[in-house]
Amino acid sequence: MISREKVGTAYRDRAASRSEAMGKGARIPIKRVRRRRPKPIHVQFRTIVSPHQLNSPWGRRIYWLVLAAVIVLFTLAFVFPFYWMITGALKTPEEIAEMPPSLVPADPSPAAFFEAWDLFDIGTLLANTAYYAFGAWLFSMVVDVAAAYALSKLRPMFGNVILGAMLATLMIPPMVILIPLYVTIVDLGLLNNPWGLWFPAAANGFNIFLLKRFFDSIPRELVEAAQIDGAGPFRVLWSVVLPVSRPILGVVSIFTIVASFKDFVLPLLVMTDSEKMTISVGLSQTAGAVTQNQVMGGLVIAGIPMIIVFFIFQRHIMAGLTAGSIKG
Amino acid sequence: MRRNLTAYGFLCAALFCFTVFAWYPMVREFILSFQKTDLINPPTWVGLDNFKAAVQDPAFGEAWLNTVEFTVLALLCGYAVPFVVALVLNELRHARAYLRFVVYLPVMLPPIVAVLLFQWFYDPGPGLFNQILGFFHLPPLAWLDSSSTALISLVLVSTWMNMGSATLIYLAALQNIPPELYEAAELDGAGILKRVRHVTIPQTRLILLLMLMLQIVATMQVFIEPYMLTGGGPENATVSVAYLMYQFAFSQMNYGQAGALGMLLMLALLLFAAIQLRATREDRA
Repeated sequence: MISREKVGTAYRDRAASRSEAMGKGARIPIKRVRRRRPKPIHVQFRTIVSPHQLNSPWGRRIYWLVLAAVIVLFTLAFVFPFYWMITGALKTPEEIAEMPPSLVPADPSPAAFFEAWDLFDIGTLLANTAYYAFGAWLFSMVVDVAAAYALSKLRPMFGNVILGAMLATLMIPPMVILIPLYVTIVDLGLLNNPWGLWFPAAANGFNIFLLKRFFDSIPRELVEAAQIDGAGPFRVLWSVVLPVSRPILGVVSIFTIVASFKDFVLPLLVMTDSEKMTISVGLSQTAGAVTQNQVMGGLVIAGIPMIIVFFIFQRHIMAGLTAGSIKG
Repeated sequence: MRRNLTAYGFLCAALFCFTVFAWYPMVREFILSFQKTDLINPPTWVGLDNFKAAVQDPAFGEAWLNTVEFTVLALLCGYAVPFVVALVLNELRHARAYLRFVVYLPVMLPPIVAVLLFQWFYDPGPGLFNQILGFFHLPPLAWLDSSSTALISLVLVSTWMNMGSATLIYLAALQNIPPELYEAAELDGAGILKRVRHVTIPQTRLILLLMLMLQIVATMQVFIEPYMLTGGGPENATVSVAYLMYQFAFSQMNYGQAGALGMLLMLALLLFAAIQLRATREDRA
């Protein structure tokens, strides 16, 4: 049993904090004092809605309502399509055409995945795409790191002009120079040659920009100390600059690989042999000729690699997204 | 001198890639637009004929109109929605990791997967969207098959698959706003909407302007959606400039005409960028 005095002080304290919270004198009936006060919504940082407003009785109600609505809406908008795609692939061709559609496959069978694998020749397509993505990554890392290092630490004559010209390419939308780029690739005889994808991938102003900005932030003393110890420019790059640049190298790597995996238009034009197509192009060419559940099977398989990448590298990807854009 | 030599040694690979595959194509576009070439026979100079032919193409006017319309719709969906979503997400104190993860999920999909998935959703018969409409006893829509809804259907797909990155970028910008500003505004008696108007938007102005430009440039060159979903139809309702360019080049094998249209698109984007730059400068002064 709580003594009368204690209840009194508790009441006063709560009334005080409540009146503070609501911004006006509160008259709270004694009865409510005994009820456990709901846990306040923890506020780590101040945003538009103030913590006081948020923790007022109405603020709290609205907050939970909005939270629930947003979670439901996001799940419907961004998760449900994935669910529909996967269950679509597990249905039979008859069930997938049913009206109204079944929410859960009546007799889930992975047959469509195997059929899609054979019909689209997904093994070859995935191997091609992985090969092109890996090559694009390796080549553009070597080229762009070397260039960014030269521009940042070696500072040659006309370095800024070159950097400016490289960054200027970011202003030109890729679709606009697609045709002349294609014509150039044809002139060089690079059709159906992976270099037709790897050379343009390395000409990436954004990578150069990100890498150079990071290299700029490496203290001069570090580089100079290595130089005094007799390290040449290559040694400085390999033993000093690269080891401290791991975060940015990770970000640039992931973005290069993801972009190369997702690319559609250039591979569509350059890799035209059915033996050499990427997964995106292969799917787009054959999708009209197979049943709907097989298409879905193919889409699921094509989507999986990048979703796995996202699961593993989520933090890097999100960090990279903001690193590149905010300060740019 | 030696330093320059080693530096250019490190630079040479990148200079090669940029020269041949980024800078030269811009020049090549200019040359191409005055030539007639099918890449088999040697090109001939034709003066302004390519521009004339491009402008006189029956789909030319429609393509520009569609592109502008697409851009405006995409701005309403793809520009405003992520900002509002980011505002709301920033206020939430729970499930943040989940919501951020989920909104970015479609961005990771190859665009072709998203497009083919939505193609099925748009199916007028057993497609998901009409089934949902039917569930609520609403009349079905023709989606991609009607010239009145085809364009907005394309905007919907492209918003779904692209809004994640914009949302996360805005979210990061919102988190950089110093909390004192909100406290000060609140002390001055500003309500929630006024705080958005007078604190949030001015504080994120730079990123908002940058994203506006990126968004417009990105949507001006929309290609994969009309290419896969509608083939420009019905009745040219979804022909975009980029798609028309592709058709000039690869259906009609008329690379010069495609180059001319590309030049026009580039000029339009440059003009737009100049206007934008001027507007922001006046704004600042």
